[in-house]
Amino acid sequence: MNARTPRERRTPRAQRTVQGQKNLQAIRQSNRHGVGGSPLRPDGVLKVRGEFAYSSDLWHEDMLWGTALRSPHPRANILSVDVSGALAVPGVFAVLTHEDIPGSKYYGLDVPDQPALAIDKVRYQGEPVALVAADHPETARRAARRIEVEYEVLTPIVTEEQCLDPRTYGYVHEPHEYRSHAHGNICHEQRVVCGLGVTDEVRARADVVVRGTYEVGMQDQAFLGPESGLAVPAEDGGVDLYIATQWLHADRRQMAPVLGLPEEKVRLTLAGVGGAFGGREDLSMQIHACLLALRTGRPVKIVYSRDESFFGHVHRHPARMTYEHGATRDGRLVYADARIVLDGGAYASTSPAVVGNAASLGHGPYAIPNVRMHALALYSNNPSCGAMRGFGAVQAAFGYESQMDRLAAELGMDPVEFRRINAVRQGDRMPTGQEIDAPAPVAELLRRVKDMPLPPPLDPDDPDVRRLPGALSNTSHGEGIVRGVGYSVGIKNVGFSEGFDDYSTARVRLEVIGGEPVALVHTAMAEVGQGGVTVHAQIARTELGVEQVTIQPADTGIGSAGSTSASRQTYMTGGAVKLAAEAVRRALIERGRRRYGWTGQDLTLAGGKVVSAAAGPLVAVADLLGDDAIEVTREFRHRPTTPFDRETGQGVGHVQYSFCANRAVVDVDVELGLVKVVELSAVQDVGKALNPLAVVGQIQGGCTQALGLAVMEEIVLRDGKVRNASFTDYLIPTILDTPPIPVELLELPDPHAPYGLRGVGEAPTVSATPSIVAAIRAATGLALNRIPVRPEHLTTERPGGR
Amino acid sequence: MRVTFTANGRPVEADDVWEGESLLHVLRERVGLPGSKNACEQGECGSCTVYLDGVPVCACLVAAGQVQDREVRTVEGLGTEDGGLGPVQQAFLDAGAVQCGFCTPGLLVQTDALLARDPQPSDADIREALSGNLCRCTGYEKIMDAVRLASARACAGRAVTE
Repeated sequence: MNARTPRERRTPRAQRTVQGQKNLQAIRQSNRHGVGGSPLRPDGVLKVRGEFAYSSDLWHEDMLWGTALRSPHPRANILSVDVSGALAVPGVFAVLTHEDIPGSKYYGLDVPDQPALAIDKVRYQGEPVALVAADHPETARRAARRIEVEYEVLTPIVTEEQCLDPRTYGYVHEPHEYRSHAHGNICHEQRVVCGLGVTDEVRARADVVVRGTYEVGMQDQAFLGPESGLAVPAEDGGVDLYIATQWLHADRRQMAPVLGLPEEKVRLTLAGVGGAFGGREDLSMQIHACLLALRTGRPVKIVYSRDESFFGHVHRHPARMTYEHGATRDGRLVYADARIVLDGGAYASTSPAVVGNAASLGHGPYAIPNVRMHALALYSNNPSCGAMRGFGAVQAAFGYESQMDRLAAELGMDPVEFRRINAVRQGDRMPTGQEIDAPAPVAELLRRVKDMPLPPPLDPDDPDVRRLPGALSNTSHGEGIVRGVGYSVGIKNVGFSEGFDDYSTARVRLEVIGGEPVALVHTAMAEVGQGGVTVHAQIARTELGVEQVTIQPADTGIGSAGSTSASRQTYMTGGAVKLAAEAVRRALIERGRRRYGWTGQDLTLAGGKVVSAAAGPLVAVADLLGDDAIEVTREFRHRPTTPFDRETGQGVGHVQYSFCANRAVVDVDVELGLVKVVELSAVQDVGKALNPLAVVGQIQGGCTQALGLAVMEEIVLRDGKVRNASFTDYLIPTILDTPPIPVELLELPDPHAPYGLRGVGEAPTVSATPSIVAAIRAATGLALNRIPVRPEHLTTERPGGR
Repeated sequence: MRVTFTANGRPVEADDVWEGESLLHVLRERVGLPGSKNACEQGECGSCTVYLDGVPVCACLVAAGQVQDREVRTVEGLGTEDGGLGPVQQAFLDAGAVQCGFCTPGLLVQTDALLARDPQPSDADIREALSGNLCRCTGYEKIMDAVRLASARACAGRAVTE
């Protein structure tokens, strides 16, 4: 079809306009696979067939298996390493130590403080010391056990007191080793002061003061797909790595110097990723597999066991927090004062950014005139901590939300009403001085979550024990069970903050294949399960009016997409796909203007055609494009941010804020200390749900990880050693532990973001944990200042304690 | 050693199997069926659930030698005979029950087994039946939806047939 069809020429102009708009509307409505629809995942069919190639599924002819020998000690000097026993094992092709590293021996995401293989000392249990490549994974593991390492074991530095007294207990990194250690074992710290700060004068304005100390245990991402990948040596002396990661380009930036190769000879392709949640932001086996492949000249596959996975990635920072709040009798917050101490473990990882979040978001989604925040991360000989969903905001939320409930109780107010009175709104300023210049419907989220219908009360006549705490353990038939309800709300930043040059790259190509216009989308975005590939296809359909979209594999053959973290990918790489697609559309329409002499400014693409709002369809895209292709590459950047002033925290540090409110209903067996979460509701402002099915899935998944932190999940440490590195002992929620999770979406567009969207992945993980603990407190009357709440807390703590 | 068994209806043979290898390792690394997943290899996560002589088991807990002359059916064998998606596969896809998808193969086999013995399970029955299959992405809500959907479709299909 083209612009001069007889029907259109016969139709009067006014009628044409109405008809054209109806056509356009009908075409757009029929495009359920575009933005705002919920088309099925493009990788979904392969995933349900078992044919999707995850990083642990890869196979190559002649491939060897790699493994690492890890330190059993959290802190020790290495006196000697003898690899001869391992080399003598038949089937072993290489054994490497740090002496075999051709390039730089250190790497790191923010700070290059981590040796690729231990040099003369180990700083955490599980630190890799040597590598083995063999023709069978078991041969590699057995050979690794024949490497003889002589250790001088030292007392690990593990508590806050030990870390802050290096003269007595020593340094995790000796002052000469990594940086000038003016701060000893402090990795990073950040203060925020606003209003008058917290002085005696400010305190005197408060009618009620509440102080509390709160602790958060070390949580693990526990993604199901173990760290794994396949490194293939290339003829040009470089290496190709097929890998599950969150950020291909950051991996390459860290790997190339260690491998002694220029970046262009280190080529990464994303393999299937079995979940990430922050745990794949740092390197794990990337350098190791490449070192072995380059040494042996053979492809090398490394797949961690679950046990090794617990040692192979960073965890969520455990925290010790002291909070003090003051409020007036009528329920207005006067001040907030907090010290948030995060255990960063042996290496920096992303600790500096986690500290920045804790300090700048640690007052919560509340308008508080006077604030003093101090957040710091310590170096210790505990496992390294870094990115996990919620990233510094999770720990703080447990602190400030616990305080909100206590303040409400002191004031005799309803906890939701107290929060609503103090909720931030659009136009308010954060303690950092940054204005919230997008919707911040915190009070509305709270109102809505409170208005959601409650589940029915426990039915004493229902004989099914599966609905009770203890469930099939048959520990109660209803006796000793008390119900509680709790509320919470949280705040999370979206995108990379504090002046980071955060960008993403996308290439969009439009061409005709089999007579139909097809969009090809190429980015380096790590699809880790979140559904970014679905959203990219939706954006291309909406912007280019096509149905067929091909998502090309993510690799380093295109510019960086940044990390799949900080709830940023739909905003950032989605934004880049939108930019590139818009440019393709403009180029195509311009081509039509030249060919057909169109002058209207109302042209767009829909239903595979160029469409005029006034005149309806003008020409098929396939006809206009013919055998040509239009290809555009674009970089997308969000609004620039600035660093926080180290002492005052002032700065336009964040890109966007994301808010979620929750209500938890729990049943507690108060005699046995068993908790059953009966329901966990969530209301979240998502700006614009590009894919409602995926957005709700993110919120439900985020709430469930928060449930895990509230009542189940903790890496238990003793003297720096992990006690529970398995799914037998580290408990993540099963389907029996997880309740129905009703979700309500609010869509208040952010005028600064593509389509008005708001990053969604993390806010529920920040906000949901405190609601569950609040519900348990409501049921038991206990203070519960530590998470995860364990049965022994419920059976041994005394009511009224602090 | 050599291990011979039937996988998804086809005879397969694996040579040079080390006695310590699991069925999961043989499936994934020796006979080209990597659909069953290796998330914990300790029988805790259910990602490697397969049918062994019609009974769902964790393939990581079965020694390779134990499957000699027996029948194994994996996620790769859940499709229809003409190569289409099986009803449970389709329901997981339609309900949005797949995110990273690493738990999906095990959940599909376990759900298939549940619906075979109980075509209309209650919510509590579904949760009990799937309690050995960990999922870290979804919060299980859409997995519940998927099982209900597969059940409803199967029952509707039967009603039409009858």
